[in-house]
Amino acid sequence: MSATAIAANNLVKIFGSGPNAVTALDNVSLTISDNEFFTLLGPSGCGKTTLLRLIAGFEQPTEGDIEIFGSAVAGLPPYERPVNTVFQHYALFPHMNIAENVGFGLKMLGREQREIDEAVTTSLSLVKMEEFATRTPAQLSGGQQQRIALARALAPRPKVLLLDEPLSALDLKLRQAMRTELKTLQRDTGITFVFVTHDQEEALTMSDRIAVMSAGLIQQIGTARDIYERPDNRFVADFIGDSNFISATIDVIDSDVAHCVIGNGLTIPTQLVGDHRVGDTVTLAIRPEKIGLSGGGDWIIKESIYLGTDTSYRIASGTQEMTVREQNARTGTARFNVGDAVSLDVAAQTTTMLRD
Amino acid sequence: MSKKKSFTLGELPGAKIWTLAFFIYLYAPMVVLVVYSFNENRRVMNWTGFSLDWYAKAFANDNIQRAAWNSLMIALVATVCAVTIATLAALILGRRNNFRGKDTSTGLISLPLVVPEIATAVATLCFFAVVGIQLGLISVIIAHTVFCIPFAFLPIRARLEGMDDTLEQASRDLYANDWQTFRYVTLPLLMPGIFAGAMLSFIISIDDFIITLMVAGAGSTTLPLYIYGMIRRGITPEVNVISTVMLAISIVFITAYWLLTRRQSVTTH
Ligand SMILES: Nc1ncnc2c1ncn2[C@@H]1O[C@H](COP(=O)(O)OP(=O)(O)OP(=O)(O)O)[C@@H](O)[C@H]1O
Ligand SMILES: [Mg+2]
Repeated sequence: MSATAIAANNLVKIFGSGPNAVTALDNVSLTISDNEFFTLLGPSGCGKTTLLRLIAGFEQPTEGDIEIFGSAVAGLPPYERPVNTVFQHYALFPHMNIAENVGFGLKMLGREQREIDEAVTTSLSLVKMEEFATRTPAQLSGGQQQRIALARALAPRPKVLLLDEPLSALDLKLRQAMRTELKTLQRDTGITFVFVTHDQEEALTMSDRIAVMSAGLIQQIGTARDIYERPDNRFVADFIGDSNFISATIDVIDSDVAHCVIGNGLTIPTQLVGDHRVGDTVTLAIRPEKIGLSGGGDWIIKESIYLGTDTSYRIASGTQEMTVREQNARTGTARFNVGDAVSLDVAAQTTTMLRD
Repeated sequence: MSKKKSFTLGELPGAKIWTLAFFIYLYAPMVVLVVYSFNENRRVMNWTGFSLDWYAKAFANDNIQRAAWNSLMIALVATVCAVTIATLAALILGRRNNFRGKDTSTGLISLPLVVPEIATAVATLCFFAVVGIQLGLISVIIAHTVFCIPFAFLPIRARLEGMDDTLEQASRDLYANDWQTFRYVTLPLLMPGIFAGAMLSFIISIDDFIITLMVAGAGSTTLPLYIYGMIRRGITPEVNVISTVMLAISIVFITAYWLLTRRQSVTTH
């Protein structure tokens, strides 16, 4: 276990007061390790930016405290914190050229011009923008400005880099390319990244760990795999990827596996969560691609949607409905047609019993 | 909102003629003023030929030189003071959160723009009498500073409002303390607004008459006051010359102001 870069303890942030008060963060605690690529993921308005701004020092918490590498930073202004921010709209200084932008942090730290020049060159080469040093921000494209914002934040070699949806203004292809680049950059520099996004694909592909947030609360913290395969609650299961939410009754408990029966008699073995007993009603989250279909059975195909790599089927049995996804691996056509009867097969370790 | 043809004021019969007449009405006197400043004759309205003699005479006139120097001094000092105060006011009103009475203060700063000048003039005079400030160059400079502040404030404030404060956040994030952020980010970005405010203050100060007349003492005669005095002694082309020069200065400054404020506001992207 490496050192703790950032520890947030019971952070509460309330904007405004009286009837207009907005609770942006509601008792948030988390620890981020050194060298980690940590992502804050959640829908708009869930408090991601607020958490980032508290770490950067632009806002002060209403309650709770933050430690950066073991020292409390309460009351410290942004310029006394060893963190740098990449702003969503880059915030490059329009009256300075690229080299001056990138060297700004070191200049403010009072470094010698020679050292600044070297750091500017190094940072610009990190983001492959060496030849743009004498241009002004207005002469760059959005993607190029984004790289400069990154170089500027990296130049003073902060211990932690905070990134607030840095890719959201780029087009899809560029965004995908930048994901890999950011990840490589993080690995090469060893700087801890705290990355904010509302794009789950971005979060899943880049992060060492992800904190899923909603309404000012942290819903779950874990690796991409943890969060996708073992969502803690309905919000996480629904926000990350697609899920079928099926209500089921526990029929048999066999050590830590509960055999749950759904409406039409199908039994699905699931990891037991909490202290449920036989006969309890629970909610299962089943990913559409974890369900196998075979011909003949008591489920009927209601709808079939061609999605390129996959085909998505809506199937029903009585009042029970589910979505199933199947890869179009070898065939270009769907295996089943609307109206076909099919049976299901759900493997043991692929469903999740939700806590709520 | 008729279905056939919408009503447009500009398409009324004779609109073009009226517009033309209006512009003639507005600018013809100035054209005459400028043209006759090049008149050779001592009687202004009696054109006898082109000459620059009156320019030479006016520039050589000691009294005019002194008045011009006073006007310039007053305008420069008042502009610098007004712009400084207006910049601070704009920063406090525009960048401080949780500032009570923000809107009221903004309103109060702009209010002198619509208060009758004669009221301001009398009030200023009374104030100087009560406080015991001698009428002279200093009193004029103080008075000019005061009425220039709202003119300087408006463009500075407008510029600041168009400026995204994430730039200042970025600066603070990059280890610049409050002073450095002001020095390296806020001030340079605010500069066009400050220049515009300065231009405006300068011309407002240089052609002020009523307030200056009230608070000027011996030795603080400005150009407008001097011209007024000359006219009472009979108009010579010298008056036209000074007026033309002041007109030229005003046009230069107004053009500069216009060019500065016409530019787009600063954003971060
Ligand atoms: N300065 C502020 N004053 C008042 N309310 C604020 C302020 N900043 C944020 N909020 C509120 O706090 C909540 C969280 O905002 P925040 O900006 O952290 O959301 P976010 O997760 O970053 O959303 P997005 O994905 O849209 O950027 C929102 O309800 C927002 O309206
Ligand atoms: Mg945000």
